Amino acid sequence: MGDTRVRERTRGGIGEDVARIDGLPKSKGAFAYASDLWADGMLWGHTLRSPHPHARIRSIEISAAVASPGVHAVLTAEDVPGKKTYGLEFADQPVLAWDRVRYVGEPVAIVAAEHPELARRAAARIVVDYEVLPAVTDMKEALEPDAPKVMEFGNVLRHVRIVHGDPDADADVWVEGYYETGMQDQAPLGPEAGLAVPAEDGGIDVYVATQWLHVDRQQMAPCLGLPMEKVRVYLAGVGGAFGAREDVSMQIHASMLALHTGKPVKMSYGRAESFLGHVHRHPSRIWMRHGATRDGRLVNIRARLLLDGGAYASSSTAVTGNASTFACGPYEVPNALIEGTGVYTNNPPCGAMRGFGAVQACFAYEAQMDKLAAVLGIDPIELRLKNALSTGSVFPTGQVIDGTAPVREVIERCAAIPLPPEEPTGPATRDPITVPGGAQNVGHGEGLKRGVGFAAGYKNTAFSEGFDDSSEAWVRLSAGPAGPLVEIRSAAAEVGQGVYTILTQIARSELGVERVILDPSDTNIGSAGSSSASRQTMMSGGAVQLACGAVREALFERVRAREASSDPAGELRLEAGQVLESELPLGPIERFLDEPIEETRVFHHRPTEPIDERGQGAIHVSFAFAAERAVVEVDEDLGLVRVIQIAAAQDVGSALNPRSVEGQIEGGTAQGLGLALMEELQVVDGRIRNASFTDYLIPTILDMPPVVSVLVEEPEPGVPYGAKGVGELSTIVAGAAVAAALRNATGRELNRIPVKPDDLVGLAEPPTSSGPPAAPDVPGPRSVPEYFGLGAGQMEILANDADDA
Amino acid sequence: MDVLLPRTLEEALEMKAAKPEALPIAGGTDVMVELNFDLHRPEALIDICRLPELREWKRENGMIFLGAGVTYGRIMRELSELTPLTQASRTVGSPQIRNRGTVGGNLGTGSPAGDALPVLAAYDAEIELASANRARSVRWNEFHVGVKKTALEPDELILGARWRAVRGPGSFSKIGTRNAMVISVAGLCLVMDDDARAVRVALGSVGPTVLRASEAETFVAEELTRSGNWDDPGADLPVDAMGAFAERVAAAARPIDDVRGTAAYRRHACAVLARRALGWALAARREGVGRP
Ligand SMILES: Cc1cc2nc3c(=O)[nH]c(=O)nc-3n(C[C@H](O)[C@H](O)[C@H](O)COP(=O)(O)OP(=O)(O)OC[C@H]3O[C@@H](n4cnc5c(N)ncnc54)[C@H](O)[C@@H]3O)c2cc1C
Repeated sequence: MGDTRVRERTRGGIGEDVARIDGLPKSKGAFAYASDLWADGMLWGHTLRSPHPHARIRSIEISAAVASPGVHAVLTAEDVPGKKTYGLEFADQPVLAWDRVRYVGEPVAIVAAEHPELARRAAARIVVDYEVLPAVTDMKEALEPDAPKVMEFGNVLRHVRIVHGDPDADADVWVEGYYETGMQDQAPLGPEAGLAVPAEDGGIDVYVATQWLHVDRQQMAPCLGLPMEKVRVYLAGVGGAFGAREDVSMQIHASMLALHTGKPVKMSYGRAESFLGHVHRHPSRIWMRHGATRDGRLVNIRARLLLDGGAYASSSTAVTGNASTFACGPYEVPNALIEGTGVYTNNPPCGAMRGFGAVQACFAYEAQMDKLAAVLGIDPIELRLKNALSTGSVFPTGQVIDGTAPVREVIERCAAIPLPPEEPTGPATRDPITVPGGAQNVGHGEGLKRGVGFAAGYKNTAFSEGFDDSSEAWVRLSAGPAGPLVEIRSAAAEVGQGVYTILTQIARSELGVERVILDPSDTNIGSAGSSSASRQTMMSGGAVQLACGAVREALFERVRAREASSDPAGELRLEAGQVLESELPLGPIERFLDEPIEETRVFHHRPTEPIDERGQGAIHVSFAFAAERAVVEVDEDLGLVRVIQIAAAQDVGSALNPRSVEGQIEGGTAQGLGLALMEELQVVDGRIRNASFTDYLIPTILDMPPVVSVLVEEPEPGVPYGAKGVGELSTIVAGAAVAAALRNATGRELNRIPVKPDDLVGLAEPPTSSGPPAAPDVPGPRSVPEYFGLGAGQMEILANDADDA
Repeated sequence: MDVLLPRTLEEALEMKAAKPEALPIAGGTDVMVELNFDLHRPEALIDICRLPELREWKRENGMIFLGAGVTYGRIMRELSELTPLTQASRTVGSPQIRNRGTVGGNLGTGSPAGDALPVLAAYDAEIELASANRARSVRWNEFHVGVKKTALEPDELILGARWRAVRGPGSFSKIGTRNAMVISVAGLCLVMDDDARAVRVALGSVGPTVLRASEAETFVAEELTRSGNWDDPGADLPVDAMGAFAERVAAAARPIDDVRGTAAYRRHACAVLARRALGWALAARREGVGRP
């Protein structure tokens, strides 16, 4: 028998505030980001981009660039070795433009040189003869019949029509509203960067900061004309992602240059180029009508959404699906007609960003709920509680919400968080840094109005509409030099959200072993799916849990085989490095590890359905809910704002690392607050006018209030540990809550975010609309490119992968 | 690219005479941005950040001299009695920028959004310049002649700014759409000069250069005389006069629409800031806290 010491619990397992394993190096400046990558003899890549939103390329003259000092390669579309286009959902985006450019910033040629400066100068010597074409840069005009066409088949990317109950049902009271949201940028502090190294087998090794290694590879390999296994992608240090790294940026370009020159090629975007080199949050226009009974029950919602997808598809079709299906808010509504359209324009492409369509919808539906409350004379919180979804409620797509749905709880618990104390009034009684304007000394307490706003919202965890975004993990348990050791291999991308730490916590809890090693993430193991859609804890966490479970079973078999004395009916368990039988120690785990044990497992979430002609289907995996209350102070004379407090309650299922969850709530809130108050790419005639951190403002610490969070824990059935995704919800509700608080403070309509000082002082009129566009004619509810047989992107390739396996 | 490292001002001026195209670099917070963005490729840099002559400030004969190389961080620590200058310095960038950035660099760049510039304008400062064979000084408004255009000759360096110490309250305020680390959308400096019985108001970011609101200045000085406020700080200025002053300040602005803000908002903000700044100054006089 083993030792009989009183056993402690395994430390560092799930449910604990385990410190982030990447935390210390990142805070000490010792962490290597992708932009720090280096290889001896490497070349630097540079991208020449289109200066026009829409133009025909008559010719490209590269000879002067080729002859420039230190230049090793100048490549154009002709040099793309394989397929000329790529894309997340549809391969509609040229690796390098030929014939036409469709947005300002579209890559046209790439250069490799011995120094980034030489590459830049050589690129400036490439002469592209453009014939400028009329561009369409307004999402509503894009739907007009005579609008310039971005794609041969037109400008409609997807049109979703959701018919729920009887859309003609009448109500006692109706409120109507028109809303707009601007183009937000993910603004990750680490710009796009990576290093491509040609390999001896004719393949390529690419080190890159990304969110999904395998989907990068699936897009890269066909364009490079290489079989999948010859393209190996390794995760380099990621400096934030928020959706911006879901699409390919420099991966194919650097690989082309490396394969062409036979040398390692690094590409590292500067700040301005970063704004051109990734997709953004879709600007939106939303028309809504809410009908309710006199006592405040929602009867019917009519929603029309328009999203500007920009020049290429990226993930716009999924974003359109999400914005549309979540358009009614976390409320029970028996009847609805929701129509959402994603359009192509000659604006910069939009795609994934934290909240993924749910953000825009929440801004609109929560403003509608406040309007309705005002018209009915009902307290806004009361109105929300009255209509709150719960388990068993029917989602507008007909899906029955069968998981936990603590909507009432998040609303009530958020509302119960104590309000911050009133600030002392009158000049000279408070620290000027605490008034709107902060460090800039614009006021000593004059003209201040306080406002309180509330918002509830929801979103799906993991991919929807029939997509099987599975995750694989490999786990090995061995006798290490200092006791048992777990090694985990997963392709999950740590993008700053903490997934690495969570995976180690899961392994500790599952195997009762504290020493856990995580191998670097790369494509030498199966896909982990994307670090997006709030899914990685559930999906890769689920895969590690399964693999650990398989390892444990194998270990227990050994234990049973070897320990003749053991009670065959006794239950085996692992804790703090020991094998326990019926709670009695049998011995240290390593005693049974003369041979290591390895297992690989793939975790699939439950299947979902595609949406049908009437917008119906069980399309989402799991729903999570949140509420936030914002308290703001507005300087009514200057239109400047300080957010005093954010109260947050979030449905997290169960918190595997409460501190990490709170971190996500705070960070997500900052991004939502930024959208409400300052973050907007100003695009005029297709050109971004503020592609810099001088003029694209994100909140500083003086703009961020304390966030008081409450975690509502009701474990989700059928999901590993019952944990729901937590990465996006606070972004969804924060912007809506801050906007509501500003309305409450000023009495103004504020139907567009970001809210500008001009809006708050009444110098600018709220945007109005002549009404929603007519529903476009589309062949069906799926993405339009699919019906036109445009070369498929990831979906087709993933399916092929599955066939190969 | 050569980097010249003079040890004294004299050496620096000789180097500049010999190589007028050499670009002075002080804190580098503007120069390095330009270099990094490849907007500017000077043949040589001349590093002036160690020159002792530029790093000093002093009071002499009722005048204040602020060396071109004094950083915002030092102003905040060492010159806190110069309230408007300290407040302006506090609004510049982040602590890192304030530890490197200098008033000389702000003058050299000559952006209308330079936060030290409205303060120098409101102090009616002279900018002192020198070359190897001459020294001269020009008034603030003759130094900045257009957007990022200065009267500096290629062989000259900025030595600093000099102004008569003012007895009376004053303030600097800056509008930006976030609460720190933001380029000015509109800035205003107001200085009350008890000895000259004058009020001076300068505006930043609302014109091609920093502007003074002269008409508003004359108007409010007369109103203060009429109300007896110069002799009795307890005497109130009529409410209409405050409003009329604010309107005149706004009228002096020549703002444009750009990515940072609209012309209409800038003008509006000038009026609000003017009224507030005058209110604070009058209150400070009432309470007797106006400092030289
Ligand atoms: C992140 C960031 C934030 C910023 N925020 C602000 C802000 O809020 N407000 C603001 O006003 N500015 C801001 N700036 C701009 C900059 O910090 C200031 O303009 C600063 O005053 C420049 O000083 P410096 O010593 O760094 O100048 P440098 O960059 O060294 O020089 C600037 C220019 O002045 C010339 N020059 C410098 N000294 C002399 C001299 N003695 N004689 C002749 N020519 C000279 C140089 O040749 C150059 O042309 C910011 C800059 C950054 C990078």
